[in-house]
Amino acid sequence: MWKTIIRRVLIMVPQIIILSLIVFFLAKLMPGDPFTGSGKLSPQMDLNQIQAIKKELGLLDPLPVQYFRWIGNILHGDLGMSYAYKVPVINLIAERAGNTIWLSLFSVLLTYLIAVPLGVLAGRYQGTHIDGGISFYAFAIIAIPGFVFYLLGLWLFGYQLGWFPTTGSISIAADGLLAKFFSRIYHMILPAILSSVISTTGIIQYLRSGIIDNTQEDFTRTARAKGVPERIVFDRHILRNSLLPIAAFMGNTITGLIGGSVFIENVFSYPGMGKLFIDSMNSNDYPIITSLTLLFGLMTLMGNLLSDIIMSIVDPRIRIE
Amino acid sequence: MENKNMVDAVETNANTMSETPSGFKVIWRELRHDKVAMISLVIAATLLIGITVWGSLLNQDKVTEASLLDRFLAPGQDGHILGADPSGRDVWNYLMLGGRNSILIGVSVTLITEFIGLIVGTICGYFGGILDNVVMRIVDFFMIIPTTLVIILLVKITTHYNAVTLVLIISAFGWMGTTRLMRSLIFSQASRDYIAASKTSGTSNFTIMWRELIPNISSMIITDLTLGIAGNIGLEVGLSYLGFGLPPDTPSLGTMIAYANDPDIITAYPWVWLPASLLIMVLALSISFFGNAIRRAADARQRT
Repeated sequence: MWKTIIRRVLIMVPQIIILSLIVFFLAKLMPGDPFTGSGKLSPQMDLNQIQAIKKELGLLDPLPVQYFRWIGNILHGDLGMSYAYKVPVINLIAERAGNTIWLSLFSVLLTYLIAVPLGVLAGRYQGTHIDGGISFYAFAIIAIPGFVFYLLGLWLFGYQLGWFPTTGSISIAADGLLAKFFSRIYHMILPAILSSVISTTGIIQYLRSGIIDNTQEDFTRTARAKGVPERIVFDRHILRNSLLPIAAFMGNTITGLIGGSVFIENVFSYPGMGKLFIDSMNSNDYPIITSLTLLFGLMTLMGNLLSDIIMSIVDPRIRIE
Repeated sequence: MENKNMVDAVETNANTMSETPSGFKVIWRELRHDKVAMISLVIAATLLIGITVWGSLLNQDKVTEASLLDRFLAPGQDGHILGADPSGRDVWNYLMLGGRNSILIGVSVTLITEFIGLIVGTICGYFGGILDNVVMRIVDFFMIIPTTLVIILLVKITTHYNAVTLVLIISAFGWMGTTRLMRSLIFSQASRDYIAASKTSGTSNFTIMWRELIPNISSMIITDLTLGIAGNIGLEVGLSYLGFGLPPDTPSLGTMIAYANDPDIITAYPWVWLPASLLIMVLALSISFFGNAIRRAADARQRT
């Protein structure tokens, strides 16, 4: 098992290198340079002085040299200075990352709470109206663009019914640790429910077909032939075997939610990394954009890694050779 | 005499054989009895064709002209069926024009990515070997990119971008899924007996791919196209909603929906953003339901 995990992690190395190359290339394409936020340059300087400073900072070095220096800086936690906020990018991202991670974890939890019962019902009562209704729900949700769904949810539950806050991640009025905690949760409920509804469809369909497949397996027939009561056949033989692979969806779900954070956070003005990304786009804050692209890419890779590792634990047949 | 009868029987048999309905006829026969599919088809076709035609008949300059006196006019006032937006433009006309732009972009992206995916996927699935390996590694490599972010980034750093560059940028990141699907479909077809027989009798590779393999996966191509159109219209609208799709002066459903980011507009003037939101929802739902129905019908054909 450990061998598989190590092999899987090794596969990630070239992926990370490629990702970093792409991001570096994109960063070079972006306008602006590291002086824009530092105040080191002034309009009075002549071209020679600017060239000298550029040379001193290594901006005239060959691209491979610059690339390796960039990587070195990233490994030391130096992601550059924000043009707009004039503070290190790493501080800005650290400030926002917590919000995104909490919202995503909350959404993952809700996703499983919604998807597993629905998937089990649809699989168990295959071909009935229950199954039809749940499959209809799954197809409908996957078809609707997420942000329209979020927006309608915000409009209905946030503005029209007034059940939930419509913007931000915490109320200014919240005082004290407990009040702040509950205020955070309260601000997360609606976005978390809406984004988890969007991410349930894969799990529902996977669980449903897993149950239907396992119903026709030999071990199920054997169990029935032995005279095992139908309820136990379903719970112990069918359901348990179908639930295991669902665990592997965890990584993909997290990846999907983090990728979707760009939309959910902008609809809800929720101060996380997705909102930071779009805000930085609008204020041309390229160091933040570069760092976030790299970070989102790394998180996608981590999500896939997590899925594959869980999968190799629950299903030893598909270990990488 | 006996013999003659036999020959007749064989001939009639051959005749009925040749009248066996083609794949699409079987699918169509199945779809006709699927009420949801038929209703979806009617809605989707009406919206797609209606909006494209209606939008094309409008004069873009006139529709996008601001008129401050008409700001936020309620639906029905002054001849504005759906009211007017924050710049006093007629919401109905803007919806038709924006809808047409979003549909055209979604359809173009789908056609481009489907074409690339079909060609690359077919070649890889049929020939296999080193070429297949290399291309699939490239596909994997594209798969690890956070697509939405990179599309936004490219839109941002492309100077003088317009609808065409937007289509190209989205397409550049949209062909991998189709390529994988087509490759696996072709791969499973290519190992069947009829292809082996065709190869033995000396049919050229091109003919095998073009005349024998592709027609056999045509129902899946249609399904993928249909679902792709729904997805890509949604993607364009989403990008425009965030402000990184069509240029701000070009009408899109996304820019109309983006008005909802203003807390005043979302509550007080729902007619500004709600029609576009509902339109994209109905479009996406009807197209996807029809696409799924085709897939089910195609599966049924494979079962028999």
